[in-house]
Amino acid sequence: MALEGEYLSMPVHIDAIDREHFEFFSYCGRHELRAQQCVSCHLKRFPPTTACPFCSHPESTWERLSGCGAVYSYGEVHHAIQQIFRAHTPYMLLLVELDEQRNEPEEFDGLRVQGNLATADAELAPSDLVAQVGIGTRVKVLFKTIGTGLAIPLWAVDAEAEQPDKPWRYPIE
Amino acid sequence: MNQELNASSSKHLRGKYAIVGVGETEYTRGSGCTTRTLGTRAVRAAIEDAGLTTSDVDGMLSYSYNDSTPSPIIAGDLGIRLDFHMDVYGGGSSIEALVGIAMGVIEAGMCNTVVIYRAMNGFSQVRIGGTGRGGRSALSGSSLFTRGIGLSSAGQMFCQSFMRHMYDYGTTPEQVAHVKVIHSEHAANNPKAYYKQRTTVEDVLSSRMIVKPLHLLDCCVETDNGTAIVVTRVDRANDCRHTPAVIQSVVGRCIKPRGDMHYQSGPISTVAGHYAKDILWPNAGVGPKDIQVTGSYDAFTFTTLLQLEDYGFCKKGEGGDYVSSGVMRLGGERPNNTSGGHLCEGYTHGVNMVIENVRQLRHDVDDSCAVGPDGKRQHTFEYGEGGCRQVKDVELTANLGWGTPGIGSAMVMARGG
Ligand SMILES: [Zn+2]
Repeated sequence: MALEGEYLSMPVHIDAIDREHFEFFSYCGRHELRAQQCVSCHLKRFPPTTACPFCSHPESTWERLSGCGAVYSYGEVHHAIQQIFRAHTPYMLLLVELDEQRNEPEEFDGLRVQGNLATADAELAPSDLVAQVGIGTRVKVLFKTIGTGLAIPLWAVDAEAEQPDKPWRYPIE
Repeated sequence: MNQELNASSSKHLRGKYAIVGVGETEYTRGSGCTTRTLGTRAVRAAIEDAGLTTSDVDGMLSYSYNDSTPSPIIAGDLGIRLDFHMDVYGGGSSIEALVGIAMGVIEAGMCNTVVIYRAMNGFSQVRIGGTGRGGRSALSGSSLFTRGIGLSSAGQMFCQSFMRHMYDYGTTPEQVAHVKVIHSEHAANNPKAYYKQRTTVEDVLSSRMIVKPLHLLDCCVETDNGTAIVVTRVDRANDCRHTPAVIQSVVGRCIKPRGDMHYQSGPISTVAGHYAKDILWPNAGVGPKDIQVTGSYDAFTFTTLLQLEDYGFCKKGEGGDYVSSGVMRLGGERPNNTSGGHLCEGYTHGVNMVIENVRQLRHDVDDSCAVGPDGKRQHTFEYGEGGCRQVKDVELTANLGWGTPGIGSAMVMARGG
């Protein structure tokens, strides 16, 4: 059994023996962002792992997340390495800090997710949108379906959230 | 005095092992030969530099991203029968770690003298900066968070840590560009360097953007090369040709919490050196203030900066001031990467910075100063363009190796007696 799909002309294949990713992306297929939560210490973690990085317990449950967070850091790719991304430059590599579990278990820790900035209809963001986003921008998850029961998370500017006056951006445009 | 920093207490093989030979091939973009040839030539050069013969070598270590030739082949070509060898996976931060492994296997009686090499056609065959370019295989689970979002090369992996440092501490692009500027000044005094021309802050900032905050000139120069060093016990080192560079302490591939998912943990502008320093300095019996020359890995301008902070050469967050103040310049208080490093001399996954510090400790770097009747260069200590690059009276150096923001290695070396 496997999840099969295609994204930006790249084939996607997630085998069921990769249980953690199979389950994570199956939830994405239902347009739900979930994180593993340890049954012992109750901390959530990201990305999917085979045991708890805080207490090593192997068992966890999948807890639904709000999908809301802020850009913690970013990179902006102007020279794409992968051929398929050349048509999409500049594109943003966002590190999104989710609202859940901020500064836990230690100060400066958090649930952070790697992902691309997208438009509201789940396309990679054009350059004028990229130029408006920086550290502090409030973003919200959205899903792009790429196969049967399979979707991937992308991040869009959260239209309903209160945004910072000016998110922090690299000083040279 | 803190017992941990008491240099007279012998611990962890401090002062017992040395690098006695160094060798490299020319830094090119188009070697016109195989990594087998590059490795063979570099290993042979290092053995010869040590004043040893191939029959003195019985151990070999190498590292690669499966882009090289393993040691049984290199040793076989040179007629060396090995009692120990190992070829490990990895790039940056490997060389210091392998020095520690070499010391361990010699101490265990497994062999006596180990050559460590890295041979790569890093420009003409496998470009590290292009990692992921040819990735045509299906995206599976975890790769949906990397290749699936256009995140595959080193710059793409590290850029968020660099960007956050600017946000956290107000580090400016101009400050960071000084790393390239200073290393280019050093390279101008290094006849071996691939890029010998001096660079300005303006040159760096006007070069094209690769992945913000990295301009083209914030990135190192991919080259083809073989590099090698010879490690043996200090009592054998004294029979070798040159003054030995004596290992005072090593840290090997020390990792931040959560390793490759380090960006979940702590401030992401803090790197592995934050943890490695607590092994490096106590084991060496010295601190950053005692170090006269640093070799802080410069895959990117930022990697040099972040490591110097976390190893304690300046306060956390003050790296921008440190790298732009002139401290790191030849003639400054603590020059960094006096060969020009990865940004200018050539990209070796860390070996050329170790080789350079070995030569600094011999007081015989290979600059353009005239060679005297004793066969040694008569260093002028004039650091103008094309001039000397020997730092005066060097006794202690530090190498700070970078694998990722989450993985680092380090080594302190002293001039042998
Ligand atoms: Zn737990």
